[in-house]
Amino acid sequence: MSRDEIRKTVEDIYVRVSNESLEKGDVLLNTLHEIQDHYNNFIPVEAAEELHDITGVPLSKIYEVLSFYTMFSTEKRGQYVIRICKSLPCHVDGGAEVVEALKEKLGIDFGETTEDGVFTLEQSSCLGLCGVSPVMMINEEAYGNLTPEKVKTIIDDVKDGKRSDVNA
Amino acid sequence: MPVVENTILICAGGACISAGEKSVKETLEEKLQEYSLENVIKVVETGCMGACDLGPIMVIYPEGVFYQKVEPKDVSKIVEEHLLKGRVVNDLLYKGDKGDLTIKPQENIPFFTEQVKIATRNLGVIDPLSIEEYIARDGYFALRKVLLEMTPEAVIEELKKSELRGRGGAGFPTYMKWTLARNSESDTKYVICNADEGDPGAFMDRAVLEGDPHAIVEAMTIAAYVIGAEKGFVYCRAEYPLAIERLTIAINKAKEYGLLGNNIMDTGFSFDLEIRIGAGAFVCGEETALINSIEGKRGVPRLKPPYPSDKGLWGKPTLNNNVETYANIAPIIRNGGEWFAQYGVEGARGTKVFALAGKVKNTGLVEVPFGTSLRKLVFEIGGGIPNGKKMKAVQTGGPSGGCIPMEYIDTPITYDNLKSLGAIVGSGGLIIMDEDDCMVDVAKFFLEFTVEESCGQCTPCREGTKQMHEIMKKITSGEGEMEDLDKLKELGQYIMDTSLCGLGQTAPQPVISTMKYFWEEYLAHIDEKKCPAKRCKALTRVVIDKEKCVGCTACARVCPVNCISGEVRKPHEIDPDICTRCGSCITVCRFNAIDKVSP
Repeated sequence: MSRDEIRKTVEDIYVRVSNESLEKGDVLLNTLHEIQDHYNNFIPVEAAEELHDITGVPLSKIYEVLSFYTMFSTEKRGQYVIRICKSLPCHVDGGAEVVEALKEKLGIDFGETTEDGVFTLEQSSCLGLCGVSPVMMINEEAYGNLTPEKVKTIIDDVKDGKRSDVNA
Repeated sequence: MPVVENTILICAGGACISAGEKSVKETLEEKLQEYSLENVIKVVETGCMGACDLGPIMVIYPEGVFYQKVEPKDVSKIVEEHLLKGRVVNDLLYKGDKGDLTIKPQENIPFFTEQVKIATRNLGVIDPLSIEEYIARDGYFALRKVLLEMTPEAVIEELKKSELRGRGGAGFPTYMKWTLARNSESDTKYVICNADEGDPGAFMDRAVLEGDPHAIVEAMTIAAYVIGAEKGFVYCRAEYPLAIERLTIAINKAKEYGLLGNNIMDTGFSFDLEIRIGAGAFVCGEETALINSIEGKRGVPRLKPPYPSDKGLWGKPTLNNNVETYANIAPIIRNGGEWFAQYGVEGARGTKVFALAGKVKNTGLVEVPFGTSLRKLVFEIGGGIPNGKKMKAVQTGGPSGGCIPMEYIDTPITYDNLKSLGAIVGSGGLIIMDEDDCMVDVAKFFLEFTVEESCGQCTPCREGTKQMHEIMKKITSGEGEMEDLDKLKELGQYIMDTSLCGLGQTAPQPVISTMKYFWEEYLAHIDEKKCPAKRCKALTRVVIDKEKCVGCTACARVCPVNCISGEVRKPHEIDPDICTRCGSCITVCRFNAIDKVSP
């Protein structure tokens, strides 16, 4: 991807987000979300630089925002980002065992991406699905009532393309 | 036009979806087509029905038969037996404690019958994507009444009579917030809905946004009229994509119907609404941090005063309420403040939505009048503790709250009562814990949370919680000393006294409250190097009883870390250095030969 392409992408997103917004000035968060979605779960540093150039927002401020919020990443992430809930209801309901199973299955720790670039494993604060704990999300899809066996099957299914509900 | 013979409601709340609702619905639609029933049977996806542990749930009308835990493989039975032959499918009915079947648990069991639904009135009843269904349930009538018949002062007067207090945690009287924002003079004002529900164990805001999004649109429009705002923002956390999706649809529909946007209902009043999405920061639930985040900044709290009602979003007067608070507004306007105040008790009027999670049979959402006892919530409505275990404590209010032990189970829930027990109502999350849960571990767990979620602005919160966490780690790994307990108390007090926002001011609460009620557990960890609940890894071993083990190898096969060795038909052994204490081996052993011990 060339620098010009990145610039055009970022500019298009920024203009669109600004136009959709009630107040023009401060659409940084929404813009960054859209950029991240566009680049498959991460924000290339070049895109952040272009955003600075287009909007005049200091690069330091963009960096500050990017590093403050856990859902933004400037490092390439997998096609599927797995967010496993680390909150108490999941913890008391066998969440620790599910986490062990996930780590073992994927062969990675939190914050890491599998070698084939398919999965990134992250922790999430409460996903608000405590009635069916333990819970995880894969991209925008949630999975509840997890067990060590069930997560392994889900991972296999997603990998084999058997899960039509999960969008890459 | 064919007459609709049956209406099938399927719960499409977040929890049921994650339990497999989508494939159930798809299979159902396929089956209906197969039997050419698609025109006479209407399938409606509703918001959360509340009983998450029974999901996916399907209710078939006109009879009102309630099917639970429906899987795609069950669908053909429902179509062929129930719909075509009129026979109830017994296998899928609600089963009571003694295996007794109930066709309509929604009319029979306390989980449903003891509820008073005001904020959650439309959840599980209507299709959240349909504005017509919302209107059919008196939706937008409150807005109409306000715009055509009421002055802003009259609206505030009703709120005052209702004694509604903020449902997000702090419990500030809602009418006062509205009055302050109304009285601030400015040409521009804003209305915000705080949908950054972050407390672990609380999910009522998610359910309302997903199940009844128009309730929020209507209430925010009323609020805007009262304080004199033309623009509003819903700040929703990014972890709730479904809520964002359904709210977006609701906003667009309301605009299309002239109930939002320019010249609402031809009254000359205009108000527009936009969703702003968070990006994974718990502290943004604090109102000034939230405002910073909407402004595109790091979500760090601001100094108060000035309060948002004077200087909020972009320095303008701003009214900020949480989702559940807004969900109560329209019914209060329609029925009057006194109607709302008939529920509840002195100082805590109306109803509150509680989220039951953890070690309780009926997990899910329940709305009950304030003043209901914890016992009733946990043991009647919640159905008690599963697997014959004993309840140890109820954690309320998430990382800002505390643990309430069994001895106070009869306490009526009010803001003041819970506060005097060292806990809070908070946003209404109740996490129930049983004898297998270690309270020291729970306190450590919450600290881990605040360490990660502290925004870092105030040193006592940023560094203090980290130090407290280190001490807790020391205690749970068996290296604690008695003086650590004094340090925890002292540090906790400093952090509470010197932090800027609610996060820091309450972060030590889980430790303080567990020390108050479960002192012996702390002592056992320190003095005896023992975890009574056998939860803390370093203080627990999983051992095989050589007398009972027959060497069937089932445990060795299931062990995820291969730490069990032994020859076939000879007693096996566990290597404690590799063992993760996951307990899989205990579950598979058919000879009860494996158990957890704490020395």
